[in-house]
This record gives sequence, C-alpha cells and structure tokens, in this order.
Amino acid sequence: MRKIGIDQLEDIALGASLLGAGGGGDPYIGRLMALGAIQDHGPVTMLDPEEVPDDAFIVPIAMMGAPTVLAEKGMMGDEFRVLVDMISKYYGKEVYGVMPIEAGGVNSMLPFVAAARLGLPLIDVDGMGRAFPELQMVTYTIGGVKSTPMALCDEKGNSTIINTVTNKWTENLARALTMEMGGSTSVILYAMDGKTMKEYGVKNIVTRSEQLGKAIRTIKEGRGTPQENFLEVAEGIKLFKGKIVDVLREVKGAFNIGKVVFDGINEYKGQSAFVQFQNENLACTVEGKILATVPDLICLVDTETFIPIPTDQLKYGKRVLVVGLQCYPSWRSEVGIEIVGPRYFGIETDYIPLEERAQNV
Amino acid sequence: MYRLGIDVGGTNTDAVIVDDQLQVVAHIKTPTTEDVYTGIVQAIKQVLRSSDIDRSQITQAMLGTTHCTNAIVERKNLADIGVLRLAAPATLGIKPMVDWASDLAQIAKEVQVIGGGFEFDGKELAPVDIEAAQAFFKKCSQHGVLSVAIIGVFGTVRDDQEVETGKLAQEILGSNCHLSLSSRIGSMGLVERENATILNATLYKVAQSFTEGFERSLQDENVTNAQVYFSQNDGTLMTKETTRDYPILTIASGPTNSIRGASYLSKLKNAIVVDVGGTTTDIGTLTNGFPRESSIAVTIGGVRTNFRMPDVISIGLGGGSIVRETENGITVGPDSVGYEITKKALVFGGDTLTATDIAVRLGLAPSVGNPELVQHLDQQLCQQALQVIKELVEDHIDAMKVSSEPVDIVLVGGGSIIIPEQLNGVKKVHKPKFFETANAIGAAISKVSGVFEQLISYDQTPRDDALELARTEAVRQAVENGAIAETVEIIDIEDVMLQYHDGNVHRVKAKAAGDLT
Repeated sequence: MRKIGIDQLEDIALGASLLGAGGGGDPYIGRLMALGAIQDHGPVTMLDPEEVPDDAFIVPIAMMGAPTVLAEKGMMGDEFRVLVDMISKYYGKEVYGVMPIEAGGVNSMLPFVAAARLGLPLIDVDGMGRAFPELQMVTYTIGGVKSTPMALCDEKGNSTIINTVTNKWTENLARALTMEMGGSTSVILYAMDGKTMKEYGVKNIVTRSEQLGKAIRTIKEGRGTPQENFLEVAEGIKLFKGKIVDVLREVKGAFNIGKVVFDGINEYKGQSAFVQFQNENLACTVEGKILATVPDLICLVDTETFIPIPTDQLKYGKRVLVVGLQCYPSWRSEVGIEIVGPRYFGIETDYIPLEERAQNV
Repeated sequence: MYRLGIDVGGTNTDAVIVDDQLQVVAHIKTPTTEDVYTGIVQAIKQVLRSSDIDRSQITQAMLGTTHCTNAIVERKNLADIGVLRLAAPATLGIKPMVDWASDLAQIAKEVQVIGGGFEFDGKELAPVDIEAAQAFFKKCSQHGVLSVAIIGVFGTVRDDQEVETGKLAQEILGSNCHLSLSSRIGSMGLVERENATILNATLYKVAQSFTEGFERSLQDENVTNAQVYFSQNDGTLMTKETTRDYPILTIASGPTNSIRGASYLSKLKNAIVVDVGGTTTDIGTLTNGFPRESSIAVTIGGVRTNFRMPDVISIGLGGGSIVRETENGITVGPDSVGYEITKKALVFGGDTLTATDIAVRLGLAPSVGNPELVQHLDQQLCQQALQVIKELVEDHIDAMKVSSEPVDIVLVGGGSIIIPEQLNGVKKVHKPKFFETANAIGAAISKVSGVFEQLISYDQTPRDDALELARTEAVRQAVENGAIAETVEIIDIEDVMLQYHDGNVHRVKAKAAGDLT
C-alpha cells in the first residue's frame, strides 16, 4: 500500500502516454481531473493486487467514446459515484476498490478521479498493460470474464446498466448508447472479484507507468546516454531510428488507420522502415522484414526528449525512435493472439514475440 | 501615401516606412527599452528622421509588439477578472485554472461553473442558468471586476449562449465591461480554450495602454492622418478596437511578422523562413504567403492554451552564439553573448569566440567588425564550426518541411550572416534586400483575415457542401474585419476526422485574408 499524490500522478500520466503505444488519447484532460480530485480529497491509496482479498468486489473505471469530445465536454465529476452506486446495488455487493482497465492514454487517469472522490483504494493492475481500441480486448476475456453487467453514465446524469450475450454485443450497444449520450460516457465494466483480478489482470502496471514516466522526465540525469537510459528502464528493444518521410491515413468507422514511413538516421542511415497503425501502432517493418507486431507494444518517441508521439500527431520530418516493449505474457497465449494478434487487425503474419524476431535480424 | 511599420522584439525595436507601392523608403533598428514605450517613440523618431517624407502622407501605422507576452510572463499590469463557464453539470470534474501557477491564478476574483453548454452536434446540453449568472456578475461587481471570461462547452459549435451571457454581464457590470468569449478566441478543447480566454480577459488593460501609447506617440511626432493597426499572430492586422477586444492575439506576432516580411521581400508564397537573431533562430513555414499554424497546444507563461499560434521552432543559434572546442568536437551555442556582441565578440575587440567571428574569418560577412582580429583563427576549426551550424539549421529546416522535396529558404534577421548559402535539402537560399528588418516590413504590409471552424457530420452535410460553407463564412468574416471584398482569398482550408467516434464527423476549418481598405 502506498499513497499517490500529485507528483506521482504526473509521472504516471507521462508513462501512460508511452503505454498508449500511439493511441488511447492524450492523458492531459484525465490528468487535470485527477489533479483536481487529489487537490480536493487528498492522495489516493494504491494497493498491490496481492493485498486485495479474494472475495473483494472490484470495478474497473474508464471512459468510452471520442477523447476529443471528452476534452471539450469534461465530466461532471460525480459520474463515478453514480456508477459505483448503481453497480453495487445491482450486484448487492459493496465496492472494495477501483482499477484501470487500460493503462495507456486518458483511461489511465480516470480511476484516480474515482478513487480520490469516493475515498476508495486503487488497485495497481489493469486489463491490457497498454491501450487497445475495443472493449473485449482485455486479459479478462482470456479468463472468460464477462464484460457485462456494464454501467454507463453521461455528464448530464443519465445512466443505465446493460446486459449482453457476448462482449462483441457489449461493444456495439455501448458505442451506440455513447453516441446518443453525446459522444463520451463514463463506464464500469468487467466488475469482478479479487481472485479473478489477481489471476488475469496485468499486475503492477501503474507502478510501471510511474517508473517509465519518471525515466522520461529525468532522462538526462542517468549514467549512460539518454537513449541507453531510456531503453534500459523501458526494457525496450530498439527497432529503428528514423525521420518520418510520409504519413498515409484512411478512415474506417471510428478508427484512424494508416501507415507511417521512415528513412533511417544515424546507425540506420540508408535503411527504411514503416509502422502500421489503427489508433494504436500495430506492426513495425524494417527493410521489408517485420520486427514487431501487436500485442507487443510499438512505441514512437521523440529522439531528443523521448516524449511519446501519438498516431494523430505523426507528421513529416519528426525524428523518431521506434521501440518495442514486450506485452503481458498472457496476450501471447493462443486465446490472447486470437483477440489481439496481428491477424485480428488485418496484418497477415503469425505472431512471433518481439525478442525472437529481434534475434533473427 | 506611406505606411509606417514597427515591430518590438525581445532585443530590438525595428521600424520601416513603405510607400504605396510597398517599396521600403526607410528602415532603422533601435534597442528595445525596459518600458517598451520609450523604445517605440525612439523608433518612430529615428525612422522619420532618416527619411524626408511628408508626415501627413502617412495614412497607416502598424505595430507588432511583445507587450502581452511580457505582461503574462512578468505578471505585470494584469487586470482582475471573473471566470464563468457555461457547462454544468458537465465539466464540474475539472475546475477552471486547476493547473495554473498560484501567482497567476489570483487574477481571477470569482470563478464559477454554471448550467449551460452544447453537445458536439449543436444540441443544447443545458440552458444557461440565468439566475446563477446574475448572481455571479453581482459578486464580480463587488470586487470591482471590469473584465469577464465566458466559456461555453462546444462554444465553437454554437456561440449563442456565450453571446447572451455576455450581454447579461454588461447589463450588470456596465457597458464598458470587457468581454472575452471563448468562441472568439480558441478552438476545440475546453481547458486550453478557457485558459486562452482567461489570459485574454486579464490583458485588457495592457492592450488599452499600448494602443493608446502608440496613438499618442504618433501624434507627438505629428503623424496625425494615420489609421492605426496592430499585428496579430496569423500575419494579419487588427484595428485598435479589435486589439482591445482580443489582446491575446498579439502574442507571437513577432515571428509571424518576419515570416510575412520575408515572403514579401523574396516574392515567395511557399518557403521556409529562417530568422536569425543574436541568440536564437526562429524557423517557420510560409504557406500561401502566411505562416503555417501550430497544430499542438502552446504554453504561454506556464499556461497551456490552444488559440492559434504560428508553427515556429526556436533553436539556440544566433550571431552571438558562443563557439567552444570540447572533447566531443566543436559546439556552437545554445548560450550566446546576446546584445553584448558588439563588446564581446572577437571581431569587435572582445575575448569570446562567437558564430559571427567564424563567419567573418571564413569570408561570409566581410564587412562586420574588424576581420584582422580573427585572422589568427585556425581555418579548419572554423570550417568545423560552420559545419555544426549548417547541420543544426538543416536538421530543423527538415523538421518543418511537409515532404522530402527540396524547399526554398528565405534568410532574414540580423544574425543571418552566420548561415552558409549552400544547404542540403534546400532548393535555393534567398537573402533579400532589407533582410535585417523583415519583421517591421511584415507589420507594414499585412492584410486582414477571417476564420471559420466547426464540427460537421459528413453524413448530414456532404464534404463539398461543408467546405463551401467554410469558405463562404471565412470570406464573410474577413470582409467584416475590414478587407476589400474583391481582394479576399482563401489562404487555408482543412478537415480532420474525429477519432474514436462514429457518424463521420469532421472538424472543418477555413481562413481567408484580403487587402485593407
């Protein structure tokens, strides 16, 4: 158990933009809400997953919809109380604590808002270890946990609980409701007990996010070169270093799909590479050879500041270090690959772990 | 008929006079003074002295100034204000000014979030809570507040609630109460737009004082027939009244003016402009004759905002940059001798090796200082230093490009002598006449503009219709702002899809500009 105050929160937000792997939305608006909540209610208590009893009732907290809409029409702040009350009544159980469902992007911050405002502990765990675009893409799906009953609430105070037959139905119904409610909603889904959380969740991901954020913030203070320090703390595999020479985008449904092309710089001079994305980065190909795919994290960071660059900010001329981070091990299982492997996103290749691909270069 | 253009920069205040063919008649440079005003008066005096034109023939006078930036950074002359957000129950989770430095946040005497706001598609989120608004303005009046910031959720989609609430503010606080409406100031993104609106509200006194000061100094110098204009950061002009309404739009007008001046002097509409000063180099992109806008949030005095700003990168390289030999080779900058260059650089008899000394030794700037004082410098060392400068500039020029095609470069600013004329990735380096005062020229030749921005669903309004609407509205706005209708052109139009959102919704934006009447 430890306390998370404003300083730690800043680092977690920065780390979360790295774990977003190009997507997940800018954590800024979430960070402001969390900042305000901590200023008003004091630091948040964060529990290690092992400190949580098996029968404790835990709820993930997130937003659904367009981060751009959330950035304009922020929350009323009381959504989480409504959600927690509603889900608690529905299950007939007291909520023990909250947790993030997605450690990357804006959703990394909202559980802090809920925890601070409701005086509930936050569990150091999530269901992705990164950011993913669809709500069935969580490690809990591997464990057969159902996404519903799912509670939704908008900033006007409208709320509902839905029950569905599959997680895909949840995605469809929840997205339709979200659109009708004005483009962004606060949600609780995948409510579960402590035992399930410990078995399937990505443990200590918030702490990892904080370490990553701190490493980026203090990158110039380490022993080695900033790049060495960064790769060491991120436990990252350097995939490429290059200058963006082209960004190709197309729009399919609610997704920003495309490809960013690089010309090598420094030790990669003369080589070329590209990264495909669907909100999040999906695959990295260097000199015609795939070096990494989902579910491993492919992160693009500025070569000078090591600040992560989201896919909607890619533009010509940016100098970028492409880094691969290993995904949470259970994503590498057969079921995991089915849910979030390269073929699910239309990339016709088998999933081979990043570190194995790297050895064959 | 003549125009007088003045640009107040961090180091120098520049002034030019151009004739009705926009030819430069006179140009001068004088140090920027602590109180800025004195520097402006000096500049006007000097530029008038250096030309013998009939002062009554000066019909337009333009000022670009750093007053507003300085006021925010130094927390000086900021007015007490009220901040009212129309949004509740939405956004109650984010307090206004939550991450502001406390010494700056105290400008807001009353802050409240009341019922109001719209959805992204223009539906009403909540009606304005009129009673709460009235009570709020009454509290403001008890503090003697004479300026209010009003921010409505999705005010960029529909502004009627902000306008109505503004009227209410003036009914209670008096018709001279200064109004800052977010729909007129920032773009999508509530917190950033709110921040920009708050800064605008607190700057109204500063704007009052420099607009009055400029007029007074012109009268003191017998320039009595001139219509007065002020530079804004999109490369166009505002009237005195508009400047008082939107002082924040003057921020970063300096780099913008040099980009516009460079465009005019080089006769190029598309190029990258490299403005080299004593300490820093600003690199900006000229697109269709105007500076390209930054697409990311911009921080002013520690406050994150999203009102339009030119997309400019600043690097620590200038005429006064200090050159050193280290274990890892030669370094140039980022520190500089700055305004002391005429004392400290070797060519001026000083003891510090600067980028200017390198340029003089290599024959790039033969007429600066005394070349004999740098004859002893090792030729090879100087070549290496020049290579460092060249690569630094090339890298940053490249970062500003939108494709790998070679581009035209326009070099301006007093320090530009240190930049070699052969650069990789560059079609041609242009160094126009009067390059030293490109910023004041930029102020003198500016146009007036209009903008349009809205979220539009292409399922309801087809793309072509949406773009046409954007163009028409931007042109209408430009004419309203004083442009001659026949001269107005669309200078920028773009549409970007909203992510993680169904319904094919796009953010559509257009900008138009035309000549002054």
